[in-house]
Amino acid sequence: MSAVFIHGIGAVSPAGWGVAALRAAVANNVPLPVHRLARPGWKNQLPVRPVPPPLARLEFLAHPRMRRAGVLSQHTAAAALEALGPDAALVQTGARRLGVIVCTLAGSVTYTRRFYEEVLQAPATASPLIFPETVFNAPASHLAACLNSAAINYTLVGDDGSFLQGLALAADWLAQGRVDGCVVVGAEELDWIAADAARRFRRSSVYAGGAGALYLKASPDARVELAAITDSFTYTNSSSRAEAARRVRAQLGPGAPDELLCASGADCSAWDDWSGARVTPASILGGALNASTAWQCVVACDEICNGRFPGGWVSVSGANQQAIGARFVKGHAENSKA
Amino acid sequence: MLFPPPQKTATDRRVVITGAGIITALGVGWNINAEGFRAGTTAFRPVTLFDVSRQRAKIAAEIDLPAGLPSTRLSPNKLARLNRATRMLLLAAHEAWAQSGWQRDGPLGVVLGTTSGEMTLGQDYLRQALAAPHDFKHQATRVAYYQVQRPALVLGEAFDFQGPIINISNACASGANAIGHAFELVRGGRAERVLTGGYDALCQLTFAGFDSLQALAPTPCRPFDAQRNGLTLGEGAAVLTLETLASAQARGAEMLGEIIGYGAATDIHHLTQPHPEGRAALAAMNAACAVAGIAPGEVDYVNAHGTATPQNDATEAAAINRWAGDRAPQLPVSSTKAGIGHLLGAAGAVEAVVCLMAMRGQWLPPERALTTPDPVCRFQLVREPVAAKVEVALSNSFGFGGANASLIFRRWS
Repeated sequence: MSAVFIHGIGAVSPAGWGVAALRAAVANNVPLPVHRLARPGWKNQLPVRPVPPPLARLEFLAHPRMRRAGVLSQHTAAAALEALGPDAALVQTGARRLGVIVCTLAGSVTYTRRFYEEVLQAPATASPLIFPETVFNAPASHLAACLNSAAINYTLVGDDGSFLQGLALAADWLAQGRVDGCVVVGAEELDWIAADAARRFRRSSVYAGGAGALYLKASPDARVELAAITDSFTYTNSSSRAEAARRVRAQLGPGAPDELLCASGADCSAWDDWSGARVTPASILGGALNASTAWQCVVACDEICNGRFPGGWVSVSGANQQAIGARFVKGHAENSKA
Repeated sequence: MLFPPPQKTATDRRVVITGAGIITALGVGWNINAEGFRAGTTAFRPVTLFDVSRQRAKIAAEIDLPAGLPSTRLSPNKLARLNRATRMLLLAAHEAWAQSGWQRDGPLGVVLGTTSGEMTLGQDYLRQALAAPHDFKHQATRVAYYQVQRPALVLGEAFDFQGPIINISNACASGANAIGHAFELVRGGRAERVLTGGYDALCQLTFAGFDSLQALAPTPCRPFDAQRNGLTLGEGAAVLTLETLASAQARGAEMLGEIIGYGAATDIHHLTQPHPEGRAALAAMNAACAVAGIAPGEVDYVNAHGTATPQNDATEAAAINRWAGDRAPQLPVSSTKAGIGHLLGAAGAVEAVVCLMAMRGQWLPPERALTTPDPVCRFQLVREPVAAKVEVALSNSFGFGGANASLIFRRWS
């Protein structure tokens, strides 16, 4: 078996740009303020938690590829670059082969909506600049271009659990020696049409946007190790969903009381008997599908990294596809970033 | 557990294809498609699915979907909710499933590729949300069936299996990436069998998108022709059942072919334009050959990505020339998009089935509309129906974002 270690974490969330902002919001344990997003044709607006503007101009936006890149691509790049840290330069010079995996459900929804609105109005003049940005793999492509990385690059589309499937795929690529490192990003974009669609299923939902990223390598000089990712247990209705969550719990094992559970909030009954600490980032930040799962993992790794917990558990019951879980444990190195 | 993985087997396992299903504008099923590809039939016609009166291009390779769907475990209510792309996928999957002889037997993984999923439902949702903001009729169903994971879940319900679902959306390489990933899962000991393929249906957004880029030809596409003027869109689906050779032999299953190589690389030159030298295409072909343990000279036929855009074909030709080296002048190459158009996320999967057909039937699919081969092509463009010895075939798929993938198949004998 090849061991896999977390060498960096990154986040863009309604709390702000960077892991520090996410950490502070989760530590505060108070739901972030709800904003109102205009919904065409409605007097009432949609409750959402958007990502605030960055405090300073982001350096990577100067890359030619990012000129027209949508918000999803910007969040993806910011989270990934934070996770990569100084290794980004090694990738850019060709000294590291980097795999890229971006996981999303809704994709570049703002540009997609905007482009289709243009098509409905006047298809002959719909913008050729926008259309390519609507493609699911545009963020992954932009990130690869920013990093000058020609290695393997996948975009996985699925519900909230896809991010953990992406981590498992990254571990496979590392074990096969296809790449020296792999960055896995979970990213979703806030748009009125996505928030509107989410409310068709949960009227109380507060939709959010953002991204989270983990940087994986096989070298053990890291403070967090990936210990386990369960099978993906698919379901098609609410009863099998609860059963799938129970199977995740069973596969991960009983856990220790001094470890942290980072839950998605939709899988509570399977974890009723959890005796350790528990945090549900979505209740603070809002729900953002694959970005939410990435934030759960970022929080788990960050807490281990900071020495507050020896292990972190991540449990996900996705929107309508799968239940899946992961476990991270303390690694070997003391001075690494993550 | 997905991680840590099961102990890797001592040697990489051989991966065979025991079922294949296909639907294109040539028709539904292996036989009618094999006949069409062998003859070089073209299936383009005026678009009827949506209004193209204000677009420059007005043709595509539309499918005449059959009124009914095959008998599965899906209820009539469920069947009624399925939209165009999922119906295509179900038809292809049913053919593959029946041919494979698979039965429900433990978890079964599904790996699919698509670019648009059920985009028409997304279009319908937006139109209604704008035109009638307080009318929510059908909107929840549209959201549920729009999501890319839904068609894979439908297959599980239809054939009564459950298992992990992976949807790869690497633009027009999605289908090839999906099959390649499924191949790696079986080869590396992660799964005994995987259901895999790709699908995409024509939709207004995609059609208008390619038209906005002036990538669509007003006339049927002519890949690798010196006077080519763009691509023509099509729609379809193809599904393969992959399993270990040991599994197939134990069942006494008929083998349609073997997957022996897969390579993928990323072209970072531009979001929509390939690097002029086709570096990533070359890297993908070389990587696939390395996995297969063969030299380019051992490949008997290349099913090119060949979209018929000026840039793609010039780039791909340069890459094939370099990859094939001295073998290039004798190497048969064709793009079957000349008959059925560009199927986007389905292209790699459908073209994989075309390679299987060519190897099973020992013929090469021609491009009959080709009039003046682009002089950049040092290889043999197949222009007329011809019988040929095809033991090994390579299929290329490239997409927006620089996604490049190559698959290599070997005839089963």
